[in-house]
Amino acid sequence: MDKVSLELGSGGRTMRDFIARTIVPVLGNPRLRKLLDASHIPGGFAFTTDSYVVDPIFFPGGDIGTLAVNGTANDLVVSGAVPRFISLALILEEGLEWAALEKIIHSIRRAAKRAGVEVATGDTKVVRRGQGDKIYINTSGIGRVIAKPNAAAARLGDRIILTGTLGEHSLAVLLARGDFGLEAKVRSDCAALTFLLPLWKKGAIWMRDITRGGLATILSEMAAETPFPLVIDEEAIPLSKAVRAAAGLLGIDPLYLACEGRAVLLVREKDAARVLAALRKHPLGRRSAVIGRLDDSVGRPGELILRTTAGGLRLLEPLTSELLPRIC
Amino acid sequence: MGAENSVCLGIPVKVVELDPSGESGKVDYLGTRVQTGFALLPGIELGDWVIVHAGFAISRLDEEEARETLDLLREIVEKSENDGSFHP
Amino acid sequence: MDLFTHKTAISALLGKIKSLTRSRSSPIRVMEVCGTHTMTVHRYGLKTLLRESGVDMISGPGCPVCITPNEYHEAAIRLVTEREGLILATFGDMTRVPTRTGALQTAVPAPRSAVRVVYSPEESLTLAGKEAGKDVVFFGTGFETTIPSIALMARKARQAGLRNYAVLAALWTIPPPLRAVLESGEVRLSGFLYPGHVSAIIGTAPYEFVAREFGLPGAVAGFEPADILLAILSILEQIEDGRPRVANAYGRVVRPEGNPAARAVMDDILEPADAHWRGLGRIPRSGLILKPDYAGVDAVRKYGLDLAAGSEDLPGCRCGEVLRGVAAPPECRHFAKTCSPDSPRGPCMVSYEGACFVHFKYRDVGYG
Repeated sequence: MDKVSLELGSGGRTMRDFIARTIVPVLGNPRLRKLLDASHIPGGFAFTTDSYVVDPIFFPGGDIGTLAVNGTANDLVVSGAVPRFISLALILEEGLEWAALEKIIHSIRRAAKRAGVEVATGDTKVVRRGQGDKIYINTSGIGRVIAKPNAAAARLGDRIILTGTLGEHSLAVLLARGDFGLEAKVRSDCAALTFLLPLWKKGAIWMRDITRGGLATILSEMAAETPFPLVIDEEAIPLSKAVRAAAGLLGIDPLYLACEGRAVLLVREKDAARVLAALRKHPLGRRSAVIGRLDDSVGRPGELILRTTAGGLRLLEPLTSELLPRIC
Repeated sequence: MGAENSVCLGIPVKVVELDPSGESGKVDYLGTRVQTGFALLPGIELGDWVIVHAGFAISRLDEEEARETLDLLREIVEKSENDGSFHP
Repeated sequence: MDLFTHKTAISALLGKIKSLTRSRSSPIRVMEVCGTHTMTVHRYGLKTLLRESGVDMISGPGCPVCITPNEYHEAAIRLVTEREGLILATFGDMTRVPTRTGALQTAVPAPRSAVRVVYSPEESLTLAGKEAGKDVVFFGTGFETTIPSIALMARKARQAGLRNYAVLAALWTIPPPLRAVLESGEVRLSGFLYPGHVSAIIGTAPYEFVAREFGLPGAVAGFEPADILLAILSILEQIEDGRPRVANAYGRVVRPEGNPAARAVMDDILEPADAHWRGLGRIPRSGLILKPDYAGVDAVRKYGLDLAAGSEDLPGCRCGEVLRGVAAPPECRHFAKTCSPDSPRGPCMVSYEGACFVHFKYRDVGYG
């Protein structure tokens, strides 16, 4: 590759290869090499960063500001840390409407309050009209570590729990772009996952929020770290009507759609029922479901296997090529 | 994955809006609506169930045949449950 | 419609299939010629379940993007790289088919030109309306399910007097390649699964020659797992009673007479022509082209495109053999190693309906 392609930012294999072959060898240090969304740093802290380039900047259920806070807070939560502080760097395009900017700042305030984080520092830059698309945001976050995720310690029978329906964020953004001529009632699922924090002490040994690449990609990452294959029950995966309709009408596969307020948890078998009950009590976890388990009766370690609704088995592959650019 | 209208969409959808010309309108599936062309199915009516491909309705669903197919499936399931060849 | 996908029904259907194949010494071999059938069989894990029940599913020439030979893609690339102010509108997977001159996706457009991904033929027409100062060429490919909608765009453009719209269409008809596959004798088959939505347009009569001249059973199948299994059951029943015919296991959507209005649109705007299929070579009267009075919206005539020069597949690509049903994707040494959706060697790995892509995305579980 001699030029950057859109696929590099998709969250799929091309991006992972880029990081493994271009970033890590040059910058590589033991911490970076782990390729975690949030790194644990000395002093008992976790540190993360994310940039937000979503298009359009306003969509049903949120805006780029809500994403910027929740996305970064969630990376900390699933890395075993309580989100505490975030930085806020704005890159604004000359000509961006003042009303839009104000609305986004207020969204950031509200989201920060809900996520329990303080915007501790920030920066503002403006680029000429045409050299940046309205607004890009970078947020870095610091959290206090309360647990160390460890999928390698997983045992046979440990359960995989999904905290809600898939893909509403992607669908909401897609439809807001006006791409498909569909009218659907759907709102982004963008939300803070701080309600998952107590579960680190209640049986959860690994978590990940389901962003770019969707559930299939995240589960592939889980499968790569666990000592046993993952077997997922397709029938158990919760889907909203709107996403099922989009799947049928457009051929979109919900297993690859990004969310911004959903997570997948790896939970000890003996704690799974209690964790599920706790999740379902929370408004953001009402559709939580056990969708699979570690099972070596079919397949080999490292494999991610789907038992389809028809009863057949197949492998579930991570995302390969770019599908939906600028979804977050 | 991917959004590909070039793929056969096998799901029956309901006609919920029809322009006066009868040439275009909207279909509904699970509460989501999409603009569709009906030039290939003259005489289409509101409430009809159709199959859509590449933005056009290409065939009406025959509800009688659909019922027969479902009955056939039910019969096959019942028979296999009865004669013990059932392996879920 | 839950019964159509549910384990309970699928299991029962497989049980019935097994009871009919049990006495046979070798599996029956059924060819499907529809990308969506390929997808359904693999996506639900049916391929292995069927193999265990004595049925081998073989993929044939059912993917229009795959069978469109490279000369079309290269012509499209030339249009957008050599002509200024031209928008080449097409479906996503078409932009990634690799040729010796690269793919549309990575082509460097001429000044004011661009490649635009659209999601329906209608969108390309809307684009022409919006971009009055530019020429729009819709590069589309399809079988009889898609052909009427592409033809309608040509008619609409001509009726509206749009001077900046043309269609570069690679249109293929399904019955002729079935004959070509059977006459080649390359693949041993027990029967055919006929494509559900192509049949909704053309009806069941065009397949009768398969039963009459070649003695092979077949059934029109829908797209749910239960639909495919019901069609296979029909094929087995035809083998049992020794009466090969064209059965219709998708009666809720397919009428024996097909869709006359859709065919009338095709007859009005298009005419048959000999066509060169990737992998299958030249098949008489197997393609459709725009009639002479549609010359103004026919990209081939409008831009003087030369499609006769046969272009070659990339080295080592076995897409042609896959399309003929003589090679299964995992048998190709490049499969999943040097050929994947990220870096494809041929259209079978690019198209969402391509056999190689489907095999890659919905892979069999490794039993070691």
